[in-house]
Amino acid sequence: MTEAASSDWPDVQVHVVTGKGGTGKSTVAAALALALASTGKNVLLCEVEGRQGIARMFDVEPLPYAEIRIAQGLPGPDGHAGVVHALHIDPESALLEYLAMYYKLGRAGRALDRFGVIDFATTIAPGVRDVLLTGKVYEAAQRNSRNKGAIRYDAVVLDAPPTGRITQFLNVNSELAGLAKVGPIKSQSDTVMTLFRSERTKVHLVTVLEEMPVQETADGIDDLRANDLPVGGVVVNLVRPQDLSAETLAAARAGELDRTGIEEDLRKAGLEVDDALLDGLLTEAHDHAVRRGLEDSQRQLVAQLGVPTYELPRIAGGVELGDLYELAAQLRRQGMA
Amino acid sequence: MTRRHTRVGPLAATDARAPRLDVDALIDDSAVGIIVCCGSGGVGKTTTSAAVALRAAERGRRVVVVTIDPARRLAQAMGIERLDNTPRPVTGLDLSRGGGLDAMMLDMKSTFDEVVISQTTPEKAAQILENPFYVALSTSFAGTQEYMAMEKLGQIHRAARKDGSYDLIVVDTPPSRSALDFLDAPERLSSFLDGRFIRLLLTPAKGPARLMSAGLGLITNALTKIVGAQVLRDMQTFVAAFDTLFGGFRQRAQQTYRLLQADGTAFLVVAAPEPDALREAAYFTERLEADRMPLAGLVVNRASQQPESTMSAEEAMAAAARLNGEASVTAALLRLHSDRARMVASEARLISRFATGHPDVPMTVVPALPSDVHDLDGLRQVGALLASG
Ligand SMILES: Nc1ncnc2c1ncn2[C@@H]1O[C@H](COP(=O)(O)OP(=O)(O)O)[C@@H](O)[C@H]1O
Ligand SMILES: Nc1ncnc2c1ncn2[C@@H]1O[C@H](COP(=O)(O)OP(=O)(O)O)[C@@H](O)[C@H]1O
Ligand SMILES: [Mg+2]
Ligand SMILES: [Mg+2]
Repeated sequence: MTEAASSDWPDVQVHVVTGKGGTGKSTVAAALALALASTGKNVLLCEVEGRQGIARMFDVEPLPYAEIRIAQGLPGPDGHAGVVHALHIDPESALLEYLAMYYKLGRAGRALDRFGVIDFATTIAPGVRDVLLTGKVYEAAQRNSRNKGAIRYDAVVLDAPPTGRITQFLNVNSELAGLAKVGPIKSQSDTVMTLFRSERTKVHLVTVLEEMPVQETADGIDDLRANDLPVGGVVVNLVRPQDLSAETLAAARAGELDRTGIEEDLRKAGLEVDDALLDGLLTEAHDHAVRRGLEDSQRQLVAQLGVPTYELPRIAGGVELGDLYELAAQLRRQGMA
Repeated sequence: MTRRHTRVGPLAATDARAPRLDVDALIDDSAVGIIVCCGSGGVGKTTTSAAVALRAAERGRRVVVVTIDPARRLAQAMGIERLDNTPRPVTGLDLSRGGGLDAMMLDMKSTFDEVVISQTTPEKAAQILENPFYVALSTSFAGTQEYMAMEKLGQIHRAARKDGSYDLIVVDTPPSRSALDFLDAPERLSSFLDGRFIRLLLTPAKGPARLMSAGLGLITNALTKIVGAQVLRDMQTFVAAFDTLFGGFRQRAQQTYRLLQADGTAFLVVAAPEPDALREAAYFTERLEADRMPLAGLVVNRASQQPESTMSAEEAMAAAARLNGEASVTAALLRLHSDRARMVASEARLISRFATGHPDVPMTVVPALPSDVHDLDGLRQVGALLASG
């Protein structure tokens, strides 16, 4: 086994994982949670978009609004492993809990729900919705005496909304500014912002090596920075196999691979060689080289973003639970956890 | 020892049992006046709608395409990077068959503003437009974009019927997480506007409604405590001002819904060959059927290309291992082949699972091009693949 590098983010408590939809945000958030747990930390993995992606990835029943133990990290040298709990946060439950915890508004809270106020508020003003969701993440990260007996976590990983919405989502107090200028919701969102703006939080962006997602990542980073939100690393996901050297790739693109040599090798490997096999392999090498060329130019753009980057391979048959541990190990080796 | 390479498992991405979706027959059918491209986020709805529109125009239809969120370079190539909510002609097409193509990018907020302005007096409209709750509703209500896409479709359809400007409208749908959002949006908006709380805010605090008002007192107190009195006043002003528009909104939503059910409409469901996207596509096709909406078929977009050689993934890996660290290039080629064969096989499994559950849904498969689709040639290429897959 390769040694785990030391973590690039030793003091970070809240890891926010965003990215263009479909690039693997949820997968990376889950792998990061496992990676942190494999360093002995107790981790809470949160999801806020109502997709139940965590349950699907970990093969468990749909998650309720409660912290459920879903996995354990790989034990470290001392035999100790951290635990991953998961929490599915929905705004209604978060509000009812909040009202009960801070205002002792049990009855009124239920009345609000019954009269559709919560629905109204969270529907019409996504800012309200976001304050509730991020407020719960804050509560989990900063457990205090109000929530007696609750588990304390060393780290919280948030499977967050996509890049296009992330600044708005985290920047809860500016989102609310037009609606609530004073009052408790406002001060609540100020407190949450203090955590998000601090060094205890990092926003990581997931991308794939394609034009639009890379562009969106660059825009997202600018946007986060412009709003004083702390940018973490970029995780490049779904990376194609890297077996071929630069020269071989160039030869493959130019159609100049050594056909006779390859034919001999294939026979040596015990295969019955015909033109279909040989042509097929050469065409595949050509296609692959073209795509690798495009990937490499995008990879250069990612490198210019000036933040730590991590790469995860594309797993050919799709990601199973076991693969998540493998992805976690890769993140750890590269120093993300 | 010499081994024959045998084909193991399905390597082709198309499912042999699924009926083929004939895209050319669809766009050549003059009875088809509306094509709606739906699917979950990022699967290629915008690309598909633009490609279908372009192909139809070059085959002689007079087409307008309403896109929602084209990639920057694609918008530039189509000349629609300006958001002015009006269709503009796309240049650079072969129009020798008498067709034409206009394109526009939907501006959700101005579409909403226009509806408000058209439905009420200038004073009232101004009052609504500047209320913070209206601003929130018109810019970020989950569903506004879907609803406005439908509104725009309705507008263009009415105009085209009157002046004969277009005979085919192609509609892209918003990048919602679920394709169902598009169908649910109008209902969601009107049930929101019908909501109990809104009714409550509109209830005068006297007469027979006094009982309700007791509940209201509890709620206003709680709300004032949490959000402050100003927010509550803004809420009330908004709801009161908006109330007169509710009826009009509901009626328009119902009209567009009926338009979607009409015979001249065809839905294309777009999916990537991935579990989530295909699951979403399955829900959506079932829902279309339940709502008696005309489904044309499924587009599986960005599929892995089938390898030319029929050697199985396992065989290629075993052969690579037998090279024992020598002949590194050849071993790498074998591993590449194995990787591609595994991808194609797993996509084929997903597609065939869909086909088994939905044996009547016609299907076409579009392979992933090596690069993004950002110009008219790229769209033409996707159009050709749509028609031949
Ligand atoms: N490294 C990977 N290799 C193979 N498949 C992956 C990888 N990462 C993600 N996927 C697959 O891609 C799809 C989208 O990933 P997901 O994490 O749900 O993305 P997001 O949360 O950004 O929408 C899922 O089917 C997932 O299993
Ligand atoms: N068949 C294809 N081959 C290669 N790239 C594609 C293909 N279809 C779509 N794309 C690219 O995928 C990205 C997402 O496509 P888009 O049509 O914008 O998706 P959606 O509208 O569903 O979000 C774009 O960059 C587009 O160029
Ligand atoms: Mg996700
Ligand atoms: Mg789109």
